[in-house]
Amino acid sequence: MNDAVLARLKHQQLRLSVCCAATFLVALLALPLFNYFLPELMASRVGGFPLTWLILGVLFFPFVWVIAWVFIRQSMALEAAEVLELKRNPPPGN
Amino acid sequence: MMIAAVDPYILTLSAVTVVVTVFMGFWAARKSKSAADFFVAGRGVSVGWNASAISGEYLSAASFMGVAAMVMSSGYDALWYPVCYACGYLFLLLFIAGPLRRFGAYTIPDFAEGRYDSPLFRKIAVVFVLFIGCFYTMPQMKGAGTTLAYIFPGLPYWAGVVLIGSVITLNVALGGMKGITLVQAFQYWAKMFAISIPVFVLMSVYGGYGHQFETKPSGPLPEKAPAEAAWMNPFGPLTTKAAKAVKPGLVYEGPRVTALSEEYGLRLNQQGLSGSLPGLVLAVGEGDYPAVDLAMEYVHAQMAQKGVFTPRQTVSLETSLDLATRRMHWRSVEFKSAKLHGEALLSTLATNGITLSQEGNRFVAFPTSEGVLRSMDARPYALLYTYSLIIALVCGTAGLPHILVRFYTNPDGVAAKRTTMWVMILIGVFYVFPPVIGVMGRNLMPGLYSGAGVSGTDGLVLKLPTILQERFGILGSILSGVTCAGAFAAFMSTFSGLLVSMTGALAHDVYGRILRPQSTAGERMRMFKWCAVLIGGISIVLGTMVENFEINFMVGQAFAIAAASYFPLLFMSVWWRGMTMKGAATGMLSGGLLAMVAISLTSWTTFITAQAAKFKSLGRPEPEWFHSLKPYSLAEYWAMHPLLRILCEQPAIWAVPLAILLMIVVSKQTSRDIPKDIRMKMLVLHAPEELGLKQEYIRDHEGAH
Repeated sequence: MNDAVLARLKHQQLRLSVCCAATFLVALLALPLFNYFLPELMASRVGGFPLTWLILGVLFFPFVWVIAWVFIRQSMALEAAEVLELKRNPPPGN
Repeated sequence: MMIAAVDPYILTLSAVTVVVTVFMGFWAARKSKSAADFFVAGRGVSVGWNASAISGEYLSAASFMGVAAMVMSSGYDALWYPVCYACGYLFLLLFIAGPLRRFGAYTIPDFAEGRYDSPLFRKIAVVFVLFIGCFYTMPQMKGAGTTLAYIFPGLPYWAGVVLIGSVITLNVALGGMKGITLVQAFQYWAKMFAISIPVFVLMSVYGGYGHQFETKPSGPLPEKAPAEAAWMNPFGPLTTKAAKAVKPGLVYEGPRVTALSEEYGLRLNQQGLSGSLPGLVLAVGEGDYPAVDLAMEYVHAQMAQKGVFTPRQTVSLETSLDLATRRMHWRSVEFKSAKLHGEALLSTLATNGITLSQEGNRFVAFPTSEGVLRSMDARPYALLYTYSLIIALVCGTAGLPHILVRFYTNPDGVAAKRTTMWVMILIGVFYVFPPVIGVMGRNLMPGLYSGAGVSGTDGLVLKLPTILQERFGILGSILSGVTCAGAFAAFMSTFSGLLVSMTGALAHDVYGRILRPQSTAGERMRMFKWCAVLIGGISIVLGTMVENFEINFMVGQAFAIAAASYFPLLFMSVWWRGMTMKGAATGMLSGGLLAMVAISLTSWTTFITAQAAKFKSLGRPEPEWFHSLKPYSLAEYWAMHPLLRILCEQPAIWAVPLAILLMIVVSKQTSRDIPKDIRMKMLVLHAPEELGLKQEYIRDHEGAH
């Protein structure tokens, strides 16, 4: 396996990881900003809960599950594709 | 009599948990000597068992007891902890788990050695494992002490720590509890039931989660309790603590003149107002002086107290316009020290209606009547604190040694990933419950706010079910016993897991490889036992000192240190081929040690302050040794520098980037030392397992040795 193939492999993996990480990080890091700049909105009640409490204490968990599931599916697909491609076109010198 | 006050149900359920856990540990350990390794973390363990086991190890006393306690005492602020614990695991999955699994390194020292071909780095990593491990054990010990103090009312906290600590240490030393899958899986479900069933019962009686926010507390809130507004505030008691310590000060917003602006660079006599202080004006004798002159003299007296200056330190005094003309009567005496001189000046100024505010080396003098009371806006500081906390918790998960190991207990990568999905679900579902308990605690047991330790919010999870005793009799006791059992499951499993990995590191790595590489297996076994006792003993001693620290908070700090050391190590080593051993070591050590020092500074202050409060509440006079330590508590320093306090208490926001930066810079400088077979290493880390590159890699390496 030559360097170019390895580099592409790494990049694809990294990109997937970074995309998933960015999704939940953006949500996680935006929440304090929402709390800071829109305190009335975040304190509004939803089913008794303050909105910001509902988000952080309950809703964030299913959100994280979805991201985990997407990542696992995508990374498994990525690996399968990589294996398939390498078997079909073994790089020279292998 | 102490015994009479013990609730039989609580005691029984707790004792049963302890006995079953210990028994299962020994029984399964014996079984594992045979070929069947269903019980031991080995290949072929199914996804369900493994996921339960990982989740069981993940949920320590912090998750079980600490989160609820913190939600009750700090409100919204505490919610970051469970969410970030779960996200941390996700972070691990996204960036580190896969490559590490492909590489085949079971522990961080393994990885350190394998990635950099450096036994030296392995040793460094091992030492660090021991340090951080101690930080993790302290909250578990607190959980143990607290729980035992609850079950046996009147038993002092330290006795509980010593008792449980010794039991577990002996257990590990004698060979039980080796992180066995069956035991850990059982622990998860025990904890899950222990936290959820009481919640469901309580909710059916007192209303659902959402309803709790619309209920007022059942009794008057004690003085120590945070007010509703602060408690629900997204920037609540925890994150605003540093900023709120700053006393609201009188601020002068009128026109002002600069009365004094001088540079100092001298060493001064600390005792008196020596003549070497430039520009010093001694208003001696008795007479009427301009107020501004006296203010200036105060400034000089303050500077004289300090003694040694850094070069080019500027002092400035600004005054309102009329202080030049306002005159005051002043009588100077032979003051013994600059401090007394300054105090006398200050009080004279105050009696004459003049306030002197000071910020570091900046002084402002103005008529008190023209001052405006301003307290700091704490929110920007709280925002900083929040972000630093988030970074610490999310990145710190990488430092949990006993968690990483379990990624390899699945037969293949696919199963490993599915296991992880289940772990996320299992721990996520768990983490919804402790905050419910915290909110209910505020409504149903507000009296806990005035207590400390187990009679305070720390005992919430254990005590809350007892409110059912009135209406439902023994159901309350039984449920309380259930939560006690869960607590035991939590701190016993985590402490023993930590003890096993720390002892393993000390015995096999430090002793077996560094000190006595020729030792026999028998000698190493004995060393293992002694190491277990040693580390257990140290953990117990440290555990007795942390009665006044919140469990969850301590775990968060351990995470911050791990985030500044292990996370950069793992992340950079996996994704950047330019890393060298020196770069990795420099970054890891600097980040970790600096974070440790910073945290210790603030923890020291908390320790002194809390001890002083405790002596006061017990009505005992402070012992001599404590009294001499008090001036060094740094409490006043933090009150004047809230920003620094936040950065020290939650160092992740600067320590993590610093570690990464150092790794990059030093690696680039030592780029000659990049491992020769880096290409192969990166392949093993990133290529799909199916291609069998790891087997090639292992073959090559075995050939080389």
